Amino acid sequence: MNNPYLPIPVRLTKNFIETEDRLIHTFTLQFLKEEDENSFSYMPGQFVEICVFGKGEAPFGIASSPTESGFLKFSVAKVGVVTTALHAMQEGSILGVRGPMGNGSAVEKLKGKNLVIIGGGFAFTTLRSLITYILHPGHRGDFGELTVIYGARNPGLLLYKEELAEWEKRSDINLVCTIDVPCEGWNKRVGFVPTCTKEVAPCSDNTYAIVCGPPVMIKFTTPVLEELGFSPGQVFLSLENKMKCGIGMCGRCNVGGKYVCKDGPVFTKEELDRLPPEY
Amino acid sequence: MIIKKSELSSFLDKLTGQYQVLAPVKKGLEFYFQPISSGVQADLSYSNSVTAPKGILFPQSETLFNYDVQGETADMQECLDTGKKVIFGLRPCDAKSLVLLDKVFHGEKYQDPYYLSRRANTVLVGLGCGEPRGTCFCASLDGGPFGTEGLDLLLVDIGDKYVVEVVSEKGASFLTGASLPLAGKDDRAAAAKAKETAFQACTINLEGLKEKMDVNYDDPVWGFLHEKCLGCGACTYSCPTCHCFDILDEVKDSTGCRVRNWDACMFPLFTLHGSGHNPRPTGKERFRQRFMHKFKYFVDNYGAFACVGCGRCILNCPVNIDIRQVLADIKAGGDEK
Repeated sequence: MNNPYLPIPVRLTKNFIETEDRLIHTFTLQFLKEEDENSFSYMPGQFVEICVFGKGEAPFGIASSPTESGFLKFSVAKVGVVTTALHAMQEGSILGVRGPMGNGSAVEKLKGKNLVIIGGGFAFTTLRSLITYILHPGHRGDFGELTVIYGARNPGLLLYKEELAEWEKRSDINLVCTIDVPCEGWNKRVGFVPTCTKEVAPCSDNTYAIVCGPPVMIKFTTPVLEELGFSPGQVFLSLENKMKCGIGMCGRCNVGGKYVCKDGPVFTKEELDRLPPEY
Repeated sequence: MIIKKSELSSFLDKLTGQYQVLAPVKKGLEFYFQPISSGVQADLSYSNSVTAPKGILFPQSETLFNYDVQGETADMQECLDTGKKVIFGLRPCDAKSLVLLDKVFHGEKYQDPYYLSRRANTVLVGLGCGEPRGTCFCASLDGGPFGTEGLDLLLVDIGDKYVVEVVSEKGASFLTGASLPLAGKDDRAAAAKAKETAFQACTINLEGLKEKMDVNYDDPVWGFLHEKCLGCGACTYSCPTCHCFDILDEVKDSTGCRVRNWDACMFPLFTLHGSGHNPRPTGKERFRQRFMHKFKYFVDNYGAFACVGCGRCILNCPVNIDIRQVLADIKAGGDEK
């Protein structure tokens, strides 16, 4: 029997300080064994439990895309015991991952649709995975027009700045970055994500919205989408809850009868409207 | 087949050579399932054990694997328990609880090798309940004092002997070679009579409960039901169907182990996010979660109530919260005031 509690050994090959406040690092991991790398098959939106031996495990959305082979990437904020240990980790250290976890079928539902991807803060990590997947030459044709709205408190807190610059040059993605308050050296959009969404979101016909961000951003963005004509079934959200097992057994991440780990973490707003607000 | 009570301890003695035998053992005034080395240690004159025998298959604390991480290598050794066990004399309610745990630990996509390995290697010999406790209500939850769900064998007490009923193939092969005498016509009649006259201490009416709980998340009843609950978790730790757990690391130098311990939805830390946000911040939400999980979510996911009517939560609650009354209150609903 396959043991879902045993981590796959990986090596930390890069511990990169992602934001100016130094609270978010991006970690690049490589599998120690080739057979593990080959059998690790995932889709954007899925997550893993990263294991720091001696400290424990915590769940993180995968920031790399399955189209990028040879490594996994995660952007992690320093919050608790495991993440603090991760931030202090030397490159070359051995870590473990369990997964991929979560329902990986969300991307299938997006095919053939125009998409508006809305992200705020460091919740942008799994959206990077999705955007990179869509922009891959082998997949771009499967999706319609792509609009990305990405907000942060200030420019220093935007993740993946080099990639954002590249995406801005492309014609097959409309990237709109915004910051909360004006700042010297920033000549792009200023304002909160909901306002920005109202102004730049595409027509809701044949369009799906994927929203990932802090609770307050979601709270004010979903009504805007509704105003723009997006039905609850056209809005995808990704939930986070405290998790341990990641496989629907330890009992803590449930929202009503659904487990965020096993049935999610991606749900449509239509699905969430039927569940209690325990997230 | 029959086992004479006078020969029970020698029957168990023989088993202890081939299996780890766990049976009710009296400690002070109470009974606990414990490994026995000799048949005389088992005492079947009990109503039920303080803690549920679920802990034999899903221990309160267990090591999942040991590891040694040095330099470029991570050596991991999983700690699977494949020893052969017999749980002797467990009550039908507790056997039924294992059928419910099977549903959780044997999921479509993921299987828990620790629980399932022990489950596969354990023979369950049940003991029918002639005299249930005042807090027992198994018959209200599709069980009964002589229910066989989950069991391999069932013992029926007929005075100076037990009639042994074979429930599963595993039970039949377990008895191969035991050369027990066959039950006579009188024995079988006595067993049938024991079952017929078994009484149920109490019954509760669960009709309409699930339908009510499908729509009562915002019912004012939740506002007061939890008020006297201390959030101590005694109900969850004594419950034979509760399965929530925590996973953590214990470490010394480069070696360590990953351990899982029982956890409880009644504790605030259970759902606390790293950010400080808690989706179930007060006793109200946690109390509601426990009942919703057992009587709605589990039904939605697995088609059965996650309660077997053993009554342990009633006996162990330090503030006398009685699940039977709680369920009646839930059904009645609260005032909008």
